Amino acid sequence: MSEAQPVRARGLVKRYKEVLAVDHIDLNVHAGDVYGFLGPNGAGKTTTLRMALGLIMPTEGTVELFGRDPIREGARALEGVAGFVEAPKFYPYLSARKNLELLGALDGGGARERIPEVLAIVELSPRAEHRVGGYSHGMRQRLGIAAALLRRPRLLILDEPATGLDPAGMRDMRELIRRLADQGITVLLSSHQLPEVQELCDRVAIVDSGRVVYEGALADLRRQGGTGYRLRSTDDSRALAVLRAQPGIEHVTGAHLPEQGGLSFQAQEPDVGALSIALGAAGVGILALTPELATLEDLFFRLTEGAEAAAGDAIPVGNGHRAQEQVHEHA
Amino acid sequence: MSTLEASPTLAPAGVAHVRRPSTLTAYRWELRKLVSQKRTYLGLGLAAILPIIFVIAQNLRSDRGHDQGNIFASHITQSGLATPVLMLLFLSVFMLPLIAALVAGDIVAAEDGNGTLKTILTRSVDRGQVFAAKALAAMTYGAIAVFLSAVVATVAGVASWGFNHVVTFSGSVVSAPEGLLLVFAANAVYLIPLLTVVCIGVLLSTATRNSAGAVVGTVGFTILLFIVGQIPGLEGIKPYLLTEQYENWHGLLRTPTDWAPIGHSAWVCALYAVPALFAAYLVFLRRDVAGG
Repeated sequence: MSEAQPVRARGLVKRYKEVLAVDHIDLNVHAGDVYGFLGPNGAGKTTTLRMALGLIMPTEGTVELFGRDPIREGARALEGVAGFVEAPKFYPYLSARKNLELLGALDGGGARERIPEVLAIVELSPRAEHRVGGYSHGMRQRLGIAAALLRRPRLLILDEPATGLDPAGMRDMRELIRRLADQGITVLLSSHQLPEVQELCDRVAIVDSGRVVYEGALADLRRQGGTGYRLRSTDDSRALAVLRAQPGIEHVTGAHLPEQGGLSFQAQEPDVGALSIALGAAGVGILALTPELATLEDLFFRLTEGAEAAAGDAIPVGNGHRAQEQVHEHA
Repeated sequence: MSTLEASPTLAPAGVAHVRRPSTLTAYRWELRKLVSQKRTYLGLGLAAILPIIFVIAQNLRSDRGHDQGNIFASHITQSGLATPVLMLLFLSVFMLPLIAALVAGDIVAAEDGNGTLKTILTRSVDRGQVFAAKALAAMTYGAIAVFLSAVVATVAGVASWGFNHVVTFSGSVVSAPEGLLLVFAANAVYLIPLLTVVCIGVLLSTATRNSAGAVVGTVGFTILLFIVGQIPGLEGIKPYLLTEQYENWHGLLRTPTDWAPIGHSAWVCALYAVPALFAAYLVFLRRDVAGG
């Protein structure tokens, strides 16, 4: 029998009086995913993660972790699940070791025996006897990871784990997450660090104003973002006319930077082949025709910024799942 | 952060179920948290220091002409065992409820405010277990404060005035060992209304999510009941006020023992404590943990 999905949310809604914080969110985190959960501040990411961990009650909808509902089944549903939402919090008057002993005691099993090991992993062994009240933000983040690892999780939920870390700390955190994923741990990573998500995650959900505007493979999203191209030619005016007349060529603009010259457009690969023939037939010489794959950052802003920005810079709809209204607005 | 490869035990645990911790484990850790906090000792310090101040003041006092209203006050220099009785009399109305409220009002709200509630609620203990552990820890603290005060008062009193027989409210004389037993039994009986105050404090701590508000609210509630008990025309409800139950232990220090006020206080306190604790439990189970 195959194991239940690590995270499966259906129609999650959280309403605070007049404020709709989460609006019918569906999530599908599969075993082995490193799943990026992205969105601007106030988009509903943390509220969704809190619901997933059973900390707050959904107004509507359900969320299951390995097939178990944390609202109905309580701590039993969190077996094999660890992580933190917002900054990890500890008892400042206790040492790191005492904090982990407390959490290990509340985990049961052999969690307490793993304390030296998890402290070593996050390189806090030398400071283990110091009170957490004197820890820096980065040290607390690392202790948060240590506390999560105590549970030997199959699903790790991390909310902005790199926030407040210096560049070296961010790099270490990325490496740690990658190694955990390599060990078979499914990771649900909420992050503002788009390069980090692009580097680590294979699947993403992008939320905006409480709604999922995209869920699917990151590679699909980037493909759907349309492969952008930049064209430098012997005659940009004639080239522009050819581009506009050519089927499959979309969003033709001047180059982003005036000093670069040339034209930008989006198209699928076969259409670019046809375009090069058409340009030749029109007597336009091609000086350079270079692909520019959209970055996650480009796509993120296209998906989450207002309709005005979106109208001029749309993402074609492809395999990934996008909120339909948003798709139509953009298209 | 580079030793993960050499950490085979950190691999995911698979689907095997781990044995979940008991409520007793959570309770023990609640006590350890209390022991580790300086503010815990503020209340206990008050409970310990006040009997000492009282005994010193009595030793320095030359005039004893105004103590005839209370039999233990008039016999204070004849037996050290009168001291813990007088201290219970003095502290039971305000100071011990305040000390109990300091922890009861804080025990849930503080953790909600600083975010550690979410930390412990994402481990392998159920909310009900965490609640039970917190309520029991707050009750334990209240009980420790009462008995600490009694022990200090007894030791200080006996050191000053000897371990002698003592006269009860009825005027009968009981031996020193029996008197000692009665002193601690009286303190145990006083726990009935005091633990009721703890239940109210836990409810306010859970519902308000504000430590200071819950502590002040708990003390304010008992003061309100005390004032209501003084209003002419409301004598009919006086026996059912929580504050009236603070004197339930007097029945133990009569000959023969008067059990009626103890039984009465037990069910009156239950009328306050059970709904308060049950409401706190329901709120805790269903609350959104959004703090921190």
